[in-house]
Amino acid sequence: MNEACAIRSPKEEGSSSVDAGHTFAILLAGLFAIAAGLVGSVALMKRMVLASDVMSHLALPGLGIAYLLKTNPLVGGGATLFLGTLLVWQLQKKTELATDASIGVVFAACLGIGALVTPNEDLLEALFGNFQKLSLPGFLLGTAAVILVAAFLAGMKDRLILDLFSPELAAATGVKVSLLDLGFMLVFSLTILVGLRFMGGLLSSALIIIPAATARQLTGRMAQFVVLASAVSFISVAVGFLISTLILKTSMVGPTIVIVSVLLFVLSLLKKK
Amino acid sequence: MVLHELSFEIYSGDCLAIIGPNGAGKTVLLKALQHLIPYQGEIHWSQEARLGYVPQTVAADRELPLRVQELLAAKARVLHLADQEMDQVSSELNLSPEFLDAGIGTLSGGQFQKVLIAFALLGRPNVLLFDEPTASLDELTEERIYELVHQLQTQKGITLILVSHDLSVVYRYASRVLCLSKNKVCMGPPKEIMTPETLEELYGALPKYYRHLQEL
Repeated sequence: MNEACAIRSPKEEGSSSVDAGHTFAILLAGLFAIAAGLVGSVALMKRMVLASDVMSHLALPGLGIAYLLKTNPLVGGGATLFLGTLLVWQLQKKTELATDASIGVVFAACLGIGALVTPNEDLLEALFGNFQKLSLPGFLLGTAAVILVAAFLAGMKDRLILDLFSPELAAATGVKVSLLDLGFMLVFSLTILVGLRFMGGLLSSALIIIPAATARQLTGRMAQFVVLASAVSFISVAVGFLISTLILKTSMVGPTIVIVSVLLFVLSLLKKK
Repeated sequence: MVLHELSFEIYSGDCLAIIGPNGAGKTVLLKALQHLIPYQGEIHWSQEARLGYVPQTVAADRELPLRVQELLAAKARVLHLADQEMDQVSSELNLSPEFLDAGIGTLSGGQFQKVLIAFALLGRPNVLLFDEPTASLDELTEERIYELVHQLQTQKGITLILVSHDLSVVYRYASRVLCLSKNKVCMGPPKEIMTPETLEELYGALPKYYRHLQEL
């Protein structure tokens, strides 16, 4: 027992002092939470929650390769995430029939390849994330990504509504439905990428799905729903972060955040619609 | 291939009814006319044509947290329409504030159809494509819809392309009829097309409507 404590303490020395790197990381985690709520509410209405869950796993092989080559994990994760998104988009366009099956195959393949190529010591971090300092350029890039996500959703709001109601009538109104879908999936992947480092490849999509499901229980108004999803997501990150750093004293914040969001979902079930 | 060797013209202000048995490709034709599905051949619309489409039905998600008002407003914004256009369509179709505030998942089949018609009328289309628009409406509402459409047609010179199984409606409103079936395509004024011989050939049997029609 004493040994375990001794191993952990040097890490804590570094993390106890709150410097700019940590502030950046905390701020970006908050921004990610808001973006995840926005994207998640649309994904839930588009009924592509399961597909989007798999999309986050697309980052795993890339993460593994990046760890192996000792380069920035986000570059590798982003690369396979982007390619995978295009693949899923094509699959969805071509075959509506085998979506379930192809999702299952892609999920298993990504997890397998990811686990195989990732060095053992990095595997836990790749899967479940790790809270760590963030450089200023990293913070700025992340912030730009979140702004892009929010701007896309705000700008495409009306087209998305028509597409949600009926892709056919949206097309008849002049909306380029397939491109809109691609745009949304790219924005989705971008959100995953922002959260990838501290939530990991397995959990980063959880924050997109669970808060949206919670918010949907609480309201039947679309505008309220979207705002509420972001709020629930933000609360999950904040509370999860505080519990894991102050009480559990671990830098692996993802699992706690997910559990907090699940608890909020369970609470939401108590409310009658 | 559903349709082939089909060629026809429709003039501004016409009311073209498309009739034929199930599976003849009536809906496919309406979709192709709007470039919603791939097709071979050529479709030319006049520069001024603005299409409005009322599909037979829409597989809308009943769980979607969307109100009638929000749906119509979204289309109005996509097309950059003036605010009064929404009010105008609402009053033309007698849409009450309560109706506009209702969630689309709570509507009955007929109410839902009304939303689809309101949706199509937004943007002042001068060509309306109706795919059995009144299939799920009660007779009174159906009557009102056709009266409205007829009114739009006579007052504003709207062109109408109408798919209908209701031959009395076709007889009453259509200026021309296009009949589609696996082995026959024909086109002409209702009086010429809707003869016992053609209808029997088209549907395989004489529709029971026909006797009724003769009395009109």
